[in-house]
Amino acid sequence: MDLTKLTLIETLDGLKNKKFSEEELNRAYFEKIEHLNPRLNIFLRAIKNTKGIPAAIKDIIITKGIETTAGSKILEGFIPPYSATVIQKLLNNNVSILGKTNQDEFAMGSSGENSAYGATKNPWNLEKVPGGSSSGSAAAVAADMCVFSLGTDTGGSIRQPASLCGVVGLKPSYGRVSRYGAIAMASSLDQIGPFTKSVADARLVLEWISGGDGFDANCFDEPFKKSLRAPAKQSLEGVKIGVPKEYFGEGLDKNVEKVIKEAIKKMEDLGAEIIEINLPHTENGVAVYYIVMASEVSSNLAKFDGIRFGHTRDKFGAEPKRRIMLGTYTLSAGYLEDYFIKAAKVRTLIKHDFEKAYENCDVIVGPVSPTVAWDLGAKITDPLTMYLSDVYTIPASLAGLPGLSIPCGFVDRLPVGLQILGKYMDEETILNVGEIYEQATSWHKERPKL
Amino acid sequence: MSNYESVIGLEVHVELNTKSKMFCRCSADYFGKEPNTHTCPVCLGLPGSLPYINEQAIEDCIKIGLALNCKVSKKALFERKNYFYPDLPKGYQISQYRWPLSVNGWMDVEDASGKITRIRINRAHQEEDTGKLSHIGGVTLIDLNRSSVPLVEIVTEPDFRDSSQIKDYAKKLQQIFRYLGVSRADMEKGDMRLEANVSVRPEGFEGLPNYRVELKNINSFKFMVAAVEYEIKRQIKELEEGRTLRQETRGWDEDKQITYTQRVKEEANDYRYFPEPDLPELQIDEEKVKKIKNEIPELAWEKIEKYSKDLGIKPADAKNLAESKELAEFFESAVEHGKKHEVSSQEIANYILNKKIDINALLPAQIIEDIKGKKSGVLDDEEELKRLCEEVLKENQGIVEAYIAGKVNVIQVLIGKVMAKSGGKANAGKVKEILEKLL
Repeated sequence: MDLTKLTLIETLDGLKNKKFSEEELNRAYFEKIEHLNPRLNIFLRAIKNTKGIPAAIKDIIITKGIETTAGSKILEGFIPPYSATVIQKLLNNNVSILGKTNQDEFAMGSSGENSAYGATKNPWNLEKVPGGSSSGSAAAVAADMCVFSLGTDTGGSIRQPASLCGVVGLKPSYGRVSRYGAIAMASSLDQIGPFTKSVADARLVLEWISGGDGFDANCFDEPFKKSLRAPAKQSLEGVKIGVPKEYFGEGLDKNVEKVIKEAIKKMEDLGAEIIEINLPHTENGVAVYYIVMASEVSSNLAKFDGIRFGHTRDKFGAEPKRRIMLGTYTLSAGYLEDYFIKAAKVRTLIKHDFEKAYENCDVIVGPVSPTVAWDLGAKITDPLTMYLSDVYTIPASLAGLPGLSIPCGFVDRLPVGLQILGKYMDEETILNVGEIYEQATSWHKERPKL
Repeated sequence: MSNYESVIGLEVHVELNTKSKMFCRCSADYFGKEPNTHTCPVCLGLPGSLPYINEQAIEDCIKIGLALNCKVSKKALFERKNYFYPDLPKGYQISQYRWPLSVNGWMDVEDASGKITRIRINRAHQEEDTGKLSHIGGVTLIDLNRSSVPLVEIVTEPDFRDSSQIKDYAKKLQQIFRYLGVSRADMEKGDMRLEANVSVRPEGFEGLPNYRVELKNINSFKFMVAAVEYEIKRQIKELEEGRTLRQETRGWDEDKQITYTQRVKEEANDYRYFPEPDLPELQIDEEKVKKIKNEIPELAWEKIEKYSKDLGIKPADAKNLAESKELAEFFESAVEHGKKHEVSSQEIANYILNKKIDINALLPAQIIEDIKGKKSGVLDDEEELKRLCEEVLKENQGIVEAYIAGKVNVIQVLIGKVMAKSGGKANAGKVKEILEKLL
C-alpha cells in the first residue's frame, strides 16, 4: 500500500487499526521527498521523524529550533527560540513537523517565483507555477509529499495555490486561528490555514489549530468544533448559493469559466438553489488591498533591522522592497488621507457588499483564479499583472470571511479550483457544501503523474 | 524694547509599577536587573510576535486621568508610531495618537508669589517604553528589559509662564502618582521623566510662537528648573539681538550651567501613525469608569482642604502633613485617637512636624499617649522634685518645725506648696516620699 496516497482521516484510521506504524508512515513520506524534491523545490528543509503524523509547514510559520526563513535571505540561518501557537497545537495532536515549505518571500506573490530560494514547480506540469504565496505547501499535498500542510492566506495565498495545484485549501475567518508565530505580513488580513487531500481532512485540521491562546488579541477563544446537530447528508437541498455577477466578467479565462459554471450546475443538480448576487465594489478590491496590505507591511517589516536577529535590510528581495516603499508612501503625511484612510473606508463598503449579499444566500461560489497555472517566468516582469490574479480572492480577505478552494475540474490537464465563501465564522457551512460536492464528484481523486 | 513672556508646555512620562509589561507577561520590575533577562518574543520584537493588552495598566492610566480631572474616552485606540532606533525592537512604538484614553483635564499650580494658575492638561494616554542604550567604550549596548514596560504620557497645553509653576506641577504630579500607588515616580530611577517645550513671545501677544525648543534628558526637578530659567533668558537674548530661533532639542549641561543643542529639527518627524491592527478598540463604559473612580483614594489636595477647613490646621502644616499618603493616614489615625483623649489636631500636627517622627517606628496611639503625658505633665524627675522640696522646706521653716514636733499631718501643706511651685505637675506620691526623707 502506498501510504503517501492516504488522506489524514485514512491515515489516522490505518494507525488506529495498526495497518502500519508511524515509523513506516514517516519513512514513506521522507523517501518521497528525497525522490521528488530536487525536481520540484517544494521543501526548503525536511526532517526525518519516526513518530507523529507528518505535516509540512510554510516557512513563514515559526518553528522552534527549526530554521525559519519566510522564503527570504534576510532570515537565512534564523533559528527561532519559540514555536507558533498552531505548531504547539499540532504537536499536541501527535503531528510531526516533516519540513518547512518554499514560498514567495514574506508571503508576497501569487506564483512562488518571489522566493529567494528558487521557484517551486507545479507537480501537474513542471514548467508551470504552482501559485503563491504558499506554493510549497500546496504543491506538497498535490504531490503526496505530506499528509497535510499549513499555509497562510492574506489576499488569497492559500486558496489560489490550492486551485492551481488541485488540492483543498481553507482560509479561516479572520480571528478563527491564532496568528501568534506567523511572521506578520498584513496584521488585519493574515490567517493560517490547512492544505489537505479532502474536505473532511481540512475540517479536522481546523479543529486542531483554531482557538484563542492569550497571545493573539484578535483571536476568539472558542475553537472551531464541527456541530453535532447537523446530520450528514448527501444533498444540497435547502442551500442557497450566491453567484456574483462581478466574478464572471472580463478577465476570466473562458475555459476556466466553463469549468466553474459546470461545477455550479452540479451543485444545482445536488439540490442547491442558485441565486445571482451583486458585489458591486469587487473592482476596487485589488487597489484597496494593495494600499492596506502594503501600509501594514511597511510597518511589520520594520523589525528586520539586523540587530537582534537576521541579516541587514539590503537582503530583502525586490518585491518586499517594492511593498515597503509603497506602504511607507501611503502612510506618509500628506498622503495618508488619500490612500490609507480612503482605502480603509472602501474596505468597509466591500464588507457591506457581502453582508447585503448574505441576506439572500448561505454561501457565495465562484472562481478562485482567473486562469489555470501559467508558465514560469511569464508574469514575473510585470508586478501589476501578477497583482490582478488575486481579484477573486482579495475581497473575502478584506471582509475577514472564510474561504474554501476545492478541485472542480481541469483545463489542459491543469487544475481548476472552485471558491466557496461563507459568512463570518461560518466555516461549517462552506465545509459541508464543499464536502457534499466533493463526494459527488471524483476530482479529488486525481493526482499528478510524477 | 518690548518685554517677553515665556510659553511653556510640559510632557511627563511615568512608568507604571504593574507586575507585567504593557503587552507581554514579562516582569516589569526591571531596574537593576541583569540585562536582557526580562524578555520574551513580544518585547524583543521577534518575527511572529503579537501584543496582548495588560488590563491593569489601562486601569492605572484611567486612574491617572481621573485624578487630573480628565474626561475618559468612551472609545480609545492604540496606534503605531513608526520610526527606526536601536532601542525600539519592532521599529514602531505602540502608543496613542488620535484616540487617547483620557483628555481635557487640569491642575492648579502655585508660583513663587503664591498666585494660582490652572494648567490645562491635553491628555493622559498609554504607551510602551523602549529599551535602554548604554554607550561604553565606543560601542552601544542595548538592554531590552525596559522594552514594553507600561508608560503613561501626560501632556499639558503651553500654559506655564515660569519655572516655579513647573516645579509645583512636577511635585504635585509625583505626589498624585504615589498617592494612587501606580508608580514609584522616582526621577533618579527613571520612573518619571520630564520634557519641557519652551518658547518666548512679546508680552501681550496672544498667538503661539512659530518655534519651540524641547528640553530633554534632564533627570531631576532641580536641573529642569535651572534649564528652563536659562533657556528663557537665552531665547530672549537671541530675539533682542535680532536673531531668529529655530526648532531644536537641547539638553542641560550641569557643569557649564547652560543648555546645548542635541538635535536640530527642521521639520517634525513623520511617524506615519495608523491604528494598531493587532489590538482591538478599547471600549470604556461608564460602569468601568465609576468603578475605577471609586478606587481612587482621597488625594493630597483634598486632604489639605479637609485639614485646614474641618480640622483648623494651619495651611502650611496641612500641606506638609499631606506630603505622602502614609504620613497623612498616620496623622488622621492619630487625630481619631486624640478625640478620645482631648488632644487637638493642631497639637498632633505640631508634635508630628516638629519632632520629625518616624511613622514606621511609632503607632499613632503612642503619639497621643506622649502628648497626654506632657499635658497632664506629671513631673517625675527625682532631681527636680528634690530641688523643689528643698526650696519649699527652706521657705516654710515654721511648718517644718511643726512636723518635727510631731504634727505629721502638716506634710500635706508642704506637699501642696510643692504642687503649687510645679504648677500642679509634681507627682504627689513621690513628693511625699522625698519630703519625708528630707525631714
